[in-house]
Amino acid sequence: MSSTLDFARDTFKINPRYRLQWEDAQQCHVLLYPEGLVKLSGTAAEILGRCQQPTRAAELIAELQREYPAADTLADDVMEFLTHARQQEWIKRTED
Amino acid sequence: MTVKPPADKVSIPERAPVPLWLLAELTYACPLQCPYCSNPLELPKSRSSELTTEQWLDVMQQARKLGAVQLGFSGGEPLVRPDVELLVQEGSKMGFYCNLITSALGLTTERITALKNAGLNHLQISFQGSDQETNARFGGSDSFVHKLAMTKEVIRQGIPLGLNFVLHRHNIHQVADFLALADSLGAEFVELANTQYYAWAMHNREQLLPSRQQLQDAEAATNKFRDTSGSRMKVFFVAPDYYDDRPKKCSNGWGTTFITVTPDGDVLPCQSARIIPGLEFPNIRTQTLRDIWLDSTLFQRFRGTAWMQEPCASCPEKLIDLGGCRCQAFMLTGDAASTDPVCSLSPLHHVVTEITDAANAQASSQSSTPAQPLLFRNTSNARKLSAKKETSTS
Ligand code: SF4
Ligand code: SF4
Repeated sequence: MSSTLDFARDTFKINPRYRLQWEDAQQCHVLLYPEGLVKLSGTAAEILGRCQQPTRAAELIAELQREYPAADTLADDVMEFLTHARQQEWIKRTED
Repeated sequence: MTVKPPADKVSIPERAPVPLWLLAELTYACPLQCPYCSNPLELPKSRSSELTTEQWLDVMQQARKLGAVQLGFSGGEPLVRPDVELLVQEGSKMGFYCNLITSALGLTTERITALKNAGLNHLQISFQGSDQETNARFGGSDSFVHKLAMTKEVIRQGIPLGLNFVLHRHNIHQVADFLALADSLGAEFVELANTQYYAWAMHNREQLLPSRQQLQDAEAATNKFRDTSGSRMKVFFVAPDYYDDRPKKCSNGWGTTFITVTPDGDVLPCQSARIIPGLEFPNIRTQTLRDIWLDSTLFQRFRGTAWMQEPCASCPEKLIDLGGCRCQAFMLTGDAASTDPVCSLSPLHHVVTEITDAANAQASSQSSTPAQPLLFRNTSNARKLSAKKETSTS
């Protein structure tokens, strides 16, 4: 990779190769891509759902924290997931 | 709130399986004549038996109801049909992730725009060689310049794209050139897919199977590209399973993941299943997809592990590869329920090593040319083959 997504600085969104949707037959959200699908946990879907439009890590965390004020490890959890999502290339820098 | 990384694979469900993929083979018509084509050797004489647009829409709707989410349009060359754009548009509305698998023949700037507007999620263009001459020789038509132009146009219009380069003995040395070409075009995904030996490829196997050395060189060239190019392009290398000692699962498990519908409406667990004798092939014109998927003898025949013979039946690895490919077992051993002989535990594994030994020997003694010439995939060769078959069986 010539450019890695930097969570401190970059805006990002779902990689256009991937599509997020609810699947009745699986009773969960899935992420579809040319080779198959990934089943998502409810929280993963909630985070990715907010990446349909360009966003930043800090904005995303603030937004979720407003919705779940009691979740005290939220920031760490979200960063852990975003790191995983970046590594899987589910999300991409918007400039790319 | 806790965030768990999701499981990154779909596991085989225990009760009624949910199909993931609908592969719609819209037509067997194709302007190219690749000698490794996976279409049946018996190509239909006319296109009059193809499903209509309405019938395809109905199959798609039924597959979606069963839970399929991936829809692949292939062929032949799917763009031969003028209704592809409409099918993509409707498939997209139904909630399918729509893939189009094409040789780029039949693509134009206007059709790319129409496909994009219809909601196409991914497009795959296949190449037969890394230069004009090789591409024309193996595609049987001079399409290289058009493929390059269409690749650029698809990228320009922003449809996610994958390039597919089918490897065999006569072009596998071009891997590095092809990767450089793909990179210069701006492709993000490349699949270097070794020919798998079914249908036309099986018929031409003696001329197509690369040697072990060629394969190793190609893998080395691929790794070198990955390490040194600094490119953001992703490269997948698919080896031919004849050189492995464990087989590949049949279509990710017979009746677990894939539904293939042929141009004339037969519903199959894999593209090549019709070669297996003694099976009945249900058709979408007379049965519902649900009945076929859940209850037909065809889909039940090799589902799970109950059908297995030894050594698979008591093998600790049986859930990993499900005994390999049924069509390959039939082609190489004459028994579709036997262990895929690619497996080194198969009592007939020598059938495969004899084939690879011959390919290796042929490569080292440059002079020996294969007994028969390459047979290109076209209707006239298909007719000759079926005439030959009739005389030899009567
Ligand atoms: S493999 Fe070649 S001949 Fe067969 S359908 Fe594809 S492009 Fe056409
Ligand atoms: S014996 Fe059968 S189940 Fe065991 S590894 Fe070989 S093919 Fe797979």
